[in-house]
Amino acid sequence: MTGTTGVTDPKGAPAAATGTPDGAPLHLAVALDGAGWHPAAWREEGARPGELLDAAYWADLVAEAEHGLIDFVTFEDALGLQSAAFHLPDDRTDQVRGSIDAVLLAAHLAPLTTHIGLVPTTNVTHTEPFHLAIGIATLDHASKGRAGWRPQISSRASDAAHFGRRTTPQLTEDDVTDSELISQPLRALFAEGAEVVEAARQLWDSWEDGAEIRDAATGRFLDRDKVHHIDFQGANFSVKGPSITPRTPQGQPLVVSLAHATTPYEFAALSSDVVAVTPHDRPGTAAILAQVAEAVERTGRDVVERPLRTFADLIVFLDDEPGSAARRKARLDEVAGAELASDAEIFTGTPAELADLLLDWRSTGLDGFRLRPGALPHDLTAITRGLVPELQRRGVFRTEYASTTLRGHLGLPRPTSRYAKAG
Amino acid sequence: MPATAKKQVHLAAQLPGIHNVTVWSDPRSESQIAIDSFIRLAQTIERGKFDFFFLAEGLRLREHKGQVYDLDIAGRPENLTVLSALAAVTTHLGLAATVNATFNEPYEVARRFATLDRLSGGRAAWNVVTSYDAFTGENFRRGGFLPEADRYTRAAEFLTTARELWDSWSGGDLKADAATGEFTAPGAGRFAHRGQHFDISGRFTTPPGPQGHPVIIQSGESDAGREFAASDAEVIFSKHNRIDAARDFYRDVKRRLAKYGRSPDDLLILPTANAVVADTDEEAAAYAEEISRELVSPQTAIAHLEAVWGRDLSAYDPDGPLPDIEPEDDAHFLKGHSVFRKGRAETARQWRKLAEERNFSIRELVIEVGGRQTFVGSPQTVADAIDDYVQTEGADGFVLVPHLTPGGLDDFVDRVVPILQEKGVHRDDYTGTTLRDHLGLSAAPRPAGWGGPGQPLRDERLRAESVRDRPARDQPLRDQSVRDQSVRDQPLRDQKETSA
Ligand SMILES: Cc1cc2nc3c(=O)[nH]c(=O)nc-3n(C[C@H](O)[C@H](O)[C@H](O)COP(=O)(O)O)c2cc1C
Repeated sequence: MTGTTGVTDPKGAPAAATGTPDGAPLHLAVALDGAGWHPAAWREEGARPGELLDAAYWADLVAEAEHGLIDFVTFEDALGLQSAAFHLPDDRTDQVRGSIDAVLLAAHLAPLTTHIGLVPTTNVTHTEPFHLAIGIATLDHASKGRAGWRPQISSRASDAAHFGRRTTPQLTEDDVTDSELISQPLRALFAEGAEVVEAARQLWDSWEDGAEIRDAATGRFLDRDKVHHIDFQGANFSVKGPSITPRTPQGQPLVVSLAHATTPYEFAALSSDVVAVTPHDRPGTAAILAQVAEAVERTGRDVVERPLRTFADLIVFLDDEPGSAARRKARLDEVAGAELASDAEIFTGTPAELADLLLDWRSTGLDGFRLRPGALPHDLTAITRGLVPELQRRGVFRTEYASTTLRGHLGLPRPTSRYAKAG
Repeated sequence: MPATAKKQVHLAAQLPGIHNVTVWSDPRSESQIAIDSFIRLAQTIERGKFDFFFLAEGLRLREHKGQVYDLDIAGRPENLTVLSALAAVTTHLGLAATVNATFNEPYEVARRFATLDRLSGGRAAWNVVTSYDAFTGENFRRGGFLPEADRYTRAAEFLTTARELWDSWSGGDLKADAATGEFTAPGAGRFAHRGQHFDISGRFTTPPGPQGHPVIIQSGESDAGREFAASDAEVIFSKHNRIDAARDFYRDVKRRLAKYGRSPDDLLILPTANAVVADTDEEAAAYAEEISRELVSPQTAIAHLEAVWGRDLSAYDPDGPLPDIEPEDDAHFLKGHSVFRKGRAETARQWRKLAEERNFSIRELVIEVGGRQTFVGSPQTVADAIDDYVQTEGADGFVLVPHLTPGGLDDFVDRVVPILQEKGVHRDDYTGTTLRDHLGLSAAPRPAGWGGPGQPLRDERLRAESVRDRPARDQPLRDQSVRDQSVRDQPLRDQKETSA
């Protein structure tokens, strides 16, 4: 499941025709994390390991991504220190450790950018849904409609000890051998996560457009008929509402989730606007998309009303010279003392080879890709200055932003508040 | 007196997101929610070399007679998120957010303030407030769980815990040394806190920013609040509309500091204030009168009275006398307002007395009791009054609340600030880069035993027990297996990702 994937099926045909059967544009997101997705990336030449928790580093990365007309960037985050083990903390000192709050980071980058979507990750297990909802709504105001949100459950029992209020399931070594096995003990947390997103969406709807009337004649600032208690009652918590934050430019910021198994596919079907999946080849992509479609069916989501965009995640090492990226990754593996392992497929190659792969996989019905740069800033720059021009040459990627909101980039409608009276 | 002997006037400003302090009906009034409003005001006061920009917190819209209160400005963003954005478009201005210690947890709050301090290069401040009411609690998982008497004990322990988290990384823990392959020092971020309100342990994610700890602010008037300020805060906000009350408060709070081994300079007292500036004193007085009537419309006057009286008073004439009927103890009339904690009957008695003495109508009374310190006059008059107030121990400075968003401090910054600068009581330019520098505060207080980089307190605290093995507060942890498992070097899945 890991290792270098060359280009399996380089059709080489001009993809303006083959790659966009329905003329839909290809979407690209970039997942930013630390010094990149290889654990040894921080030791590479060109890395800025001392600045990973500082504003300037992130401002430079996001400016580069925006320069490449990327739809959105995601920021990883967690309420615990990073760990090499999926399910428990470690005491390693040789990998990037330490992080800053991703919502605040995204907000900081908002005034420094104009078009790119900003999608921070937040925990939804130990947090207050009300705080999360107003934080993301505020990011949408601060970015004038470019906010997304990646809600993530907290699967590590050690995170629970940071709050001292509850316990969460302790995963075992056996659990983490398989995505389906992992998600079993976490089903309850996913269900609670779906409630958090639903409560947030209701809070986002709780102020209708036009609730602020400033009617000097009657002395009323608000039209109270357009501001609603949500009275959310879930199995895990309740929220009265309304939000304190007025309706945002996008109405509802974009919810993005990452999913590897049945339970998280259902979470995505219930909660997300974009789901990122982790296939390893074209047939695998088709199989996963079928599973996502089944989850959509099971949950009864109306995808005409609420489209679900599908992205595939890939870790990418890119160099212009053939073979160079693979050699670079091998060197990083050696520094790390282990071959890179990932949930996502790991690609090494040239931008043209990656473009071939993206268009090949996309023919299964994917809307886009979330690329995880192996090393920063190197592989981000290779995406923006190598891959993007290549895709533009093939006529499958935008040459300028056509809208200023994240929903706009993805062709998703701005939802009407559920509380607005019809007509 | 030579200029150098004069006390400096500390200035801050707030963009009010709620209450009747903003004249929203003025054509010059713009959005109170758009980011451009925040940017414009922040950049204006940074031009005026203010110490900091302050945002309040309110976690439930107020309600009147069971419905959302519709007469005042309402609706605001999440404050730390806005301030993080402002950190990108300002360079020196301090950034202060109110975050209550009741409906939050220390790990998350400490992390967010450490983040803001890093993103802003050392300009973060935290206004630690308390709450207890079930009305706000209805928006939170925990509900209205805290007895009022416990709110400051939780706040104090909350702050102590946050400080322990900030101190869990010492100066040299973030190494990022590519040559040796050491990214962090062993055990960086390790903490354990076991107390009445919090029993938590683990690893903290965020090395503190340039200030170590953000500046701590307190705002509240009760005895417990003053004590908390004296022991723990570096700035206290107060709300007075008369200088004699302000002086009493000033003396009282400064006197309390010695008990905690602190000097009077360790805590700055900044009342909130309005400034109405015009070419002449007469014009300013007329404008101030106009503003106060805009802020307290006839409907607003009656609504305020109803909140105290706890009964429907819509039949009363706002320009007539106060009702002679007695208040009822019905909390239904105005929820989410902290003003009337003295009790309805007592508040009503005082208001009636004041109205009789000064011959106030309902509306005039509400204007009077709702008022904050207001400086009204020509630029010279306002500058003189502010200077005098500070030199005579009424305050160390002010948090100005503009009555117009976002342009309400333009005149102050352009016309009053230069006079204060000429008087030698306000800086011509920033001399430091952190908020602590601007406020003249020493480095963040460190808990006893903190020996600086290389001598982290956490070693002492953790020697006694391995906290990861302790049960959580409410239920036993089910993760006892954690300690027995060795960490695999090469896990199956990418460690940075979890589904969803
Ligand atoms: C100037 C000033 C500003 C305040 N700002 C806030 C605020 O933003 N959010 C809040 O919940 N309470 C705010 N408060 C209220 C008090 O901090 C809070 O109700 C506190 O618990 C009252 O404490 P006390 O009983 O000691 O007065 C403010 C109070 C004052 C005087």
